[in-house]
Amino acid sequence: MTLEALAALKLEIEKNVPGAIVEIITNPSVSAQHSLLIDNAHGLAVAMFLRDAPELKLDYCSNVTGIDWPSREMTEKTKVKKMVEGPDGPVEKLVDEVRKWTTPAYLEVVYHLYSMTLGTGPVILRLRTGDRGENVQVPSFYSVWRSCDLQEREVYDLYGVIFEGHPDLRRLLMWDEFTDWPMRRDYVDPDDYEYEPTAHDEVLTRAKAHYPAAAPAESGPAEDNA
Amino acid sequence: MSATATLPPAAMLLDSEEGSQYLEISMGPHHPSTHGVFRMNVVLDGETVIKLKPVFGYLHRNHEKIAENETYLGSMPYTDRLDYFCSLTNNWGYALAVEKLAGIEVPERAEYIRVITAELTRLQNHASLVGFLMQDMGASGTPLMYAFREREKILDLFEALTGARMMCNYMRFGGCRCDLPAGWLDWAKKVVASFPKFLDEFETLLVGNEIIMARTQGVGVLSRELAISAGITGPMLRASGVNYDLRKVDKYGIYDRFSFRVPLGDHGDVYDRYMMRLLEMRESLKILEQAMKDIPEGPFTDPKTKVRNFRPKPGEAYGRIEAPKGELGYYLISDGSPNPYRYRVRPPSLINLTVLEDMCLGRNVADVVITLGSVDIVLGEVDR
Amino acid sequence: MDQALKHELRSQGVIATTLEELYNWGRRSSIWPLNFGLACCAIEMIATTMARYDLARFGAEVFRPSPRQADLMIVAGTITKKMAPQVVRLYNQMPEPKYVISMGACAISGGPFKQGYNVLKGIDRYIPVDIYIPGCPPRPEALLEGFMALQRKIDEQALTGAGRARHLNADLPSEFVVPKFGEHDLEPPMNPTVWNPPLVQIGAAPKPAPAVHAAAKPAVPPATGGA
Repeated sequence: MTLEALAALKLEIEKNVPGAIVEIITNPSVSAQHSLLIDNAHGLAVAMFLRDAPELKLDYCSNVTGIDWPSREMTEKTKVKKMVEGPDGPVEKLVDEVRKWTTPAYLEVVYHLYSMTLGTGPVILRLRTGDRGENVQVPSFYSVWRSCDLQEREVYDLYGVIFEGHPDLRRLLMWDEFTDWPMRRDYVDPDDYEYEPTAHDEVLTRAKAHYPAAAPAESGPAEDNA
Repeated sequence: MSATATLPPAAMLLDSEEGSQYLEISMGPHHPSTHGVFRMNVVLDGETVIKLKPVFGYLHRNHEKIAENETYLGSMPYTDRLDYFCSLTNNWGYALAVEKLAGIEVPERAEYIRVITAELTRLQNHASLVGFLMQDMGASGTPLMYAFREREKILDLFEALTGARMMCNYMRFGGCRCDLPAGWLDWAKKVVASFPKFLDEFETLLVGNEIIMARTQGVGVLSRELAISAGITGPMLRASGVNYDLRKVDKYGIYDRFSFRVPLGDHGDVYDRYMMRLLEMRESLKILEQAMKDIPEGPFTDPKTKVRNFRPKPGEAYGRIEAPKGELGYYLISDGSPNPYRYRVRPPSLINLTVLEDMCLGRNVADVVITLGSVDIVLGEVDR
Repeated sequence: MDQALKHELRSQGVIATTLEELYNWGRRSSIWPLNFGLACCAIEMIATTMARYDLARFGAEVFRPSPRQADLMIVAGTITKKMAPQVVRLYNQMPEPKYVISMGACAISGGPFKQGYNVLKGIDRYIPVDIYIPGCPPRPEALLEGFMALQRKIDEQALTGAGRARHLNADLPSEFVVPKFGEHDLEPPMNPTVWNPPLVQIGAAPKPAPAVHAAAKPAVPPATGGA
């Protein structure tokens, strides 16, 4: 979908769903698949509109993806023209200016919508949570597209996004007693392998934690445990 | 009984409102008819299914997490192991998504090779699926043996081309890993030419069989509306009468050059789904014949694509293909580093299972087995 | 018995054997595997049973769906942590004598998925394994070779004496602890009576020490209960 078509769609949504806040997220890559960021309060209404509008008929939600965006330190170097005191008076000069900021932390859910009736798509919707701790609620699109059923459960299981309105929000892939969110970027997986034949870098650090001092091999009967 | 305390009981009785008792049984994850480590908790009233809850995750091997720590090319061998019947279509889907992300052109000959290998993959997948479905219905051995006999012929072709029977790891961004070896095309033509004979034999054996018709017709019916809403794709969707084949809709690769038809079902039951597979094999043969006739000479890969230090520009792309089991999509987010920031597989098998309960309610336990068989799942892809 | 005499007798039409040989011959020629597939390797296992490779030639075509009727568990594929308790329970439910073939890289060590948080790094952490078949997945020929290696192993098992086979020694366990699902990982992450991490010298070890495994004497009584 081109940017112009997406801007028209944005206007269409804002006209038909009063109060909806829609933002276009551009995609700088070659694929040029731009997306729409929807606010959580009107998410369900927007989804209903996209499904039912006769000229859109996005009746097929293909893919639901969770993404974790932890807070990151960003630095950007820009060349700025500045007046600098030179030996013979002020001179205009290009100076590096370093700008630093931190990005907000949130979890994101991306929906890829197509129309099976019209054969069009994709229209990409994004929902964002408030943060990564307490405010991780987004509206569930289960009632709009049944295909969100298992996929939203998967996003809940792996990222901990809570889909409000999902009738059966349980863990999908991990066991019920599991308490972590394994696909988050800061997840630490259990330290359960001790030795790698090609120990280097991270693996070597890990292996060292298992054998703090290079202890002499225990003198015992050599036994093949195979 | 500490050793078993953590495990749920295989069967238990629940009290119903009418004073009778329901039986809850746990089918799987070790069950000969669940096509792998898939589990269903089925609640029965007598013989009738009144509730069915699938349990996933017994083959969740963290493909997506591992891919975030791998280079783009490093994930290619892992895609083989998603749907381990169809490694070549998995490769193609991933290559397509990366090519969209980085804007890579694929040379003509490579496109033809991709079509040929993908359609061969479809042939062996559908043949084995029909064999397994018959196995579930009690035709133990013979149809599956016939299917695997043909599958071995196709696997020999794959082995000659890629070096591996199952885990081919063959496609690359912007083409394929190597060119067709000498004589391969003639060999493949022979295999394709002999395939209709197998199909005739298979159809004579199965299609008009009264037992199969009695077991499958009207069983596991999926309506058109529910199929669309639940995101069902592939032969299962088309068995419900929806004309949606990505080879026709997206025309990815060079599929617009071939003339082939999309078989459509009418009833959306197990019989239609099984006939879809048989008819699709005939159409794949047509595509193969055309592709093997037209394949041009030329480079098999885009020489400008970087293999080492491949860093796509920041952005994202969603690429999808018509895999034998349905729409296989890859969603990639690049942050400019050599590893994808997010790598997501849209698994057709998992999403096709969304409606398993709807198809099985009110049927017998024996129908659950063949309904599941007709969905065509591979657990490597369901759980990733 | 003297081998030369035995051959001499055989040429005369007299077959002389020992009870041990006869017993082992009978067992190795009718190994019934458990009908049990986990992942990719299971497809190659199915291919092995089909007409082209024909596992039936070795007396093992009868795949049993129930562990109670099976002698051999072919662990074919990645064992996830969610699946591991069930695999151990199936092993516990098999009657002695029972054997385990660990087929493919994943069943041996986690294979390509070793970095996964939900992947068990080898089934030998919970149950004893007889034959390891490397490959990803191993070809059907490799499975046949592994199968023949198991037959050779069975052939050499003694019926009496201190080194007798496990199923004839009541002191050795035949059931093992089934792990529980914990909050972060399986509990316990391995069974130390079966498997211990190999001791490795990291860093300053110019000459490689002989690989000495920690004492892995299964001196602990079998797991309580069972299935």
